[in-house]
Amino acid sequence: MRLLTREALLSFRRAPLLSTLSITTIAFSLFTLGLFGLVAINLREALRGLEERVEIVAFVLRGTPAETITLATQDIAAFPEVQDVVYVTEEQALARARRELVEFRDAYRDLQVNPLPASMEVRLRNGYRDAAHVERVAQRLRGFGFVNDVRFGREWVQKLDYLRNITGIVGFVIGLAFAAVAVVIIGVTIRLTLLQRAREISIMRLVGATNWFIRGPFLLEGALKGLLGGLLSLVLCYAGYLLFRDRSGGTFAGLIFFQPVQMVGIVLFGVLLGLCGSLVSVGRHLRHA
Amino acid sequence: MIRLAHVDKSYPNGALALKDVSFRIGNGEFVFLTGHSGAGKSTIMKLLFAEQRPTHGEVRVSGYDVTTLRPVEIPKLRRRLGVVFQDFRLLEDRTAAENIAFALEVTGARGDTIAARVMRVLTQVGLSAKAPAYPRELSGGEQQRVAIARALVNDPAILVADEPTGNLDERATRGVFQLLRDINAGGTVIVMATHDLDLVRQANYRTIEMREGSVVYDSAADDLDEAEVSR
Repeated sequence: MRLLTREALLSFRRAPLLSTLSITTIAFSLFTLGLFGLVAINLREALRGLEERVEIVAFVLRGTPAETITLATQDIAAFPEVQDVVYVTEEQALARARRELVEFRDAYRDLQVNPLPASMEVRLRNGYRDAAHVERVAQRLRGFGFVNDVRFGREWVQKLDYLRNITGIVGFVIGLAFAAVAVVIIGVTIRLTLLQRAREISIMRLVGATNWFIRGPFLLEGALKGLLGGLLSLVLCYAGYLLFRDRSGGTFAGLIFFQPVQMVGIVLFGVLLGLCGSLVSVGRHLRHA
Repeated sequence: MIRLAHVDKSYPNGALALKDVSFRIGNGEFVFLTGHSGAGKSTIMKLLFAEQRPTHGEVRVSGYDVTTLRPVEIPKLRRRLGVVFQDFRLLEDRTAAENIAFALEVTGARGDTIAARVMRVLTQVGLSAKAPAYPRELSGGEQQRVAIARALVNDPAILVADEPTGNLDERATRGVFQLLRDINAGGTVIVMATHDLDLVRQANYRTIEMREGSVVYDSAADDLDEAEVSR
């Protein structure tokens, strides 16, 4: 193990320029991927904000007894899809209309009879805010005898679904493409290291080193380069994030950065890329040597 | 110790490097492999340390059948051989001692024995004072001695030397050759490819001459004939 570590570290000392090039390449590959990741998580966050506004409103027939409403509210709150249910009385609905619909304030003020019905506003849990679930819950709400009508903005929810799917697919494809490019670039830089050390490898083989012994230092070196590249990419991503957030004049003030677990994921991904690049390049080199 | 039986070696481009080559080398022998460039000497050397495999025939080295050797067994064979080349093949960024130690380290030798074993072989090749020197600080002859020391450090039964004096001046050539003779005197089989006929004439060792991939002369066969005649 000591020999393995020593040989892996020696390569940094022997070829500082090439090692720096490898680390920078990994860092920039991951930086590009990281920037895309930042866009993706911020888009997802924005979508989540929109999703939270998904709401089903069930209008209640006039004269429905309060006990019935209370029981039904408890019943609906127990649906697995439902996050919470708020009962809005006729008076509360009118007060809200007067408060929020400023242009109709005078019309509402002069009313002799409250035309607005009571309603139950149902918000769904995260993960159930797609068209299919919304429709299913709406259907169940319609089953209550005292429910006059159910509204949830079908088109809006469907658009949200579409947006979510498109974002997911485009994100996956572009992310995969970036990752593939990163793997190829990293493989090429490690191959350069190998070509530079071909003589050393041939001597190792000559004196009876096993292929795994030869691979060991290269794999460790690849993993170390991946680790350093991953850390550097995070620094670059954070700098880019700060620059974009602070120079946007407040438009993107709410942008978020990676969570700690995501940062660890990026660094580990760097390590994995370094390992894979080394494994593939060394394997190919040993097969052809 | 070494046995080649009806060995052919051809390359993917159709070139035939060896044609029906057969010979045996026994314990303690010193054998010259001679011939012009392209005669097939280096191909035989590569077969001996399993760098290449024969197209037909059988190659046995120190109990290993190179023809059917599995890739994982190749390092085991090479640990029983020492290999020396014309261009020394030393690692330029390591000292003489480190180059030799490297050969021990890659075979998993115990760390606390390495320094002593390195010094032993450096002393054997007469370079104990040059242990901390880098290859660029050594003469050609000294570099070849370091390469020989590296080949010897695992106590091989066979030392394969492909033109070991090819890059050396006359004085260094004599020194390296004498070193190889001393090593052979200790019981190690030496197979030395060379086209230096003066060197071959200096010693009365077995000589196998190659031409266009075939063995055209083997002094051991003459000895055998003479023995048969005298009988």
